[in-house]
Amino acid sequence: MTGQVAEARPVGNKGRAPSLLTRYGSQMGIVGVGFAMWLAFVIAAPRVFTDVDIYLAFAETTPLFGIVALSLTFVVITGEIDLSFPSVMALGTAVFCLVTYYGGAPWWLGLVAAAATGVGCGLLNGFLVASLNIPSLVITIGTQFLFRGLELVLMNGTGVPMLVDKYPQMHALLREPLFGVPVQTLWMVGILIVEWLLLNRTRFGAHVFLVGDNQVSARLMGVNAGRVKIKAFILVGVTAVFCGLLSSIYGYYFWPSTGDGSLLYTIASVFLGGTSVFGGTGSVVGTFVAAFIIGAINAGIVSAGVNAFYTQLAFGLVIVVSVVLQTLIDRRIRRQSLTGK
Amino acid sequence: MADSSASGAKAPPVIELRNVSKTFGEVRSLADVNFQVNPREIVGLLGDNGAGKSTLIKVVMGYYAPDSGGEIYFHGKRVDGWSVATARSLGIETVYQERALCEKQPIWRNMFMGRELRTRFGLLDVPRMRAECAQLMSAHMGFTSAAVHPSNVVATMSGGEKQGVAITRALYFEAELVILDEPTMGLSLSETKKTLDFVRHIKDVGKSAIFIDHNIFNIYPVVDRLYVLDRGKVAGEFNRADISMDQLIERLYHVARTGSMEMPS
Repeated sequence: MTGQVAEARPVGNKGRAPSLLTRYGSQMGIVGVGFAMWLAFVIAAPRVFTDVDIYLAFAETTPLFGIVALSLTFVVITGEIDLSFPSVMALGTAVFCLVTYYGGAPWWLGLVAAAATGVGCGLLNGFLVASLNIPSLVITIGTQFLFRGLELVLMNGTGVPMLVDKYPQMHALLREPLFGVPVQTLWMVGILIVEWLLLNRTRFGAHVFLVGDNQVSARLMGVNAGRVKIKAFILVGVTAVFCGLLSSIYGYYFWPSTGDGSLLYTIASVFLGGTSVFGGTGSVVGTFVAAFIIGAINAGIVSAGVNAFYTQLAFGLVIVVSVVLQTLIDRRIRRQSLTGK
Repeated sequence: MADSSASGAKAPPVIELRNVSKTFGEVRSLADVNFQVNPREIVGLLGDNGAGKSTLIKVVMGYYAPDSGGEIYFHGKRVDGWSVATARSLGIETVYQERALCEKQPIWRNMFMGRELRTRFGLLDVPRMRAECAQLMSAHMGFTSAAVHPSNVVATMSGGEKQGVAITRALYFEAELVILDEPTMGLSLSETKKTLDFVRHIKDVGKSAIFIDHNIFNIYPVVDRLYVLDRGKVAGEFNRADISMDQLIERLYHVARTGSMEMPS
């Protein structure tokens, strides 16, 4: 009887490699949503959306939050969240200004100090979450105030002009278009490639998936879950500082409120990109596409001549519809594979 | 059977516990246990809940140090300061039920979990891991190479197949001794059968195993020898060749009633 049951299911039904839909279903969904939205914009305002200027506009502004979204993807895949990065954006840039503008040190030294600040913030977040086992949702709300408060105290609440005369190299690196392409997007593409390799082709990346999927079994197989999480938080810290500098140079001025307002765009990019809130699955490519969709809604609504009050409505629709679609697709794939049909 | 006893006579046991006791406060979980696993041998560990099965296994795995007086030998050599790290470095791998795998990941990532292969440049060698995984699956797990793809997510596999992945993984990483902690728990009949096939396979590749279960019907068909634990003591030790399943069951009833294996004849 046992034998019959064992043979009852044909072996060949799972013979093929998982189909493209199974493997990239949610990413394909998000690309589809992006494409549909683009078509809608083109139909609504053909003159604006057939002109290259509008694309240059979001190619300049999307990376200001999109780059940190790429790194945040790692933290979310490990099953954690970081809500403190907007403050890290400001704190790192503040340190850069303190070292260069007030301290008179060369720009590269400022960069080193700013990067070290990012590492420090990430280390603190990671330590609190991984070593003390505090839920990241709670503790990074705390560190968010901590880092912002520290920055405001350090800067005495004042901003710093970041003009070309004072920071020529920074402007060359972070603002001047390269061959007509906005350099912000080039940075984002470069960081996407590096982080894709990091996530999909290194041991660290493999462990990010394992820890987020099942921390207990990852530990049993010798993965140091705490260290993996700390590294992911450090990655967010460093790229947050980079985004802080990028947006300050873009606006020619460091505002003490830098980073405010980027929180929800960034987090929305990660989840819209198909990364699971439960951890264990996710993709930096998905986050990349999703960030540009969110950036395009911002610029697109206004350029299409629609009242800017509609922006939030459009955001809401796109995010809710795509997340629902992704969930349905995932569930369907899972059910199919479980029944083998 | 003859095969295993012959090789057992030649080579010293893979692992041997002599006079091992384990006390937790007032409770004596193990009392003067002598236990050994020979090369190419599958040893069953049978006993009721609380009989001391998991304590014994945790001593073997190095989680618990035995009380003083107990000794552990590995391939005939006494090892002092037996610990989890020692046990692992000597090739003792445990296959845990359920907890062993990351279900949302593809099979190949699970197969190489924590021990990923890398290229010369330090990047993951994904094509090689996929290929080796496919090869392992067809060679050790009895999947024709086309049946299940290494990129399939583990959540899509059946319970028995999952145990197969966990066992194959242990064998691939040179486990000398595989500890199977109730590997058939919660599995259907057909899946149990599949898992038992994987257990038999451990011997085919020249390794040994300890198979813990409280179900005699699962243990009896695959083991060469089995220990019956009762209240922290070894109540009996049998070669499967010497006892039929019915006799064994009768003895187990006797143990449960009296705490002793000795049958009035």
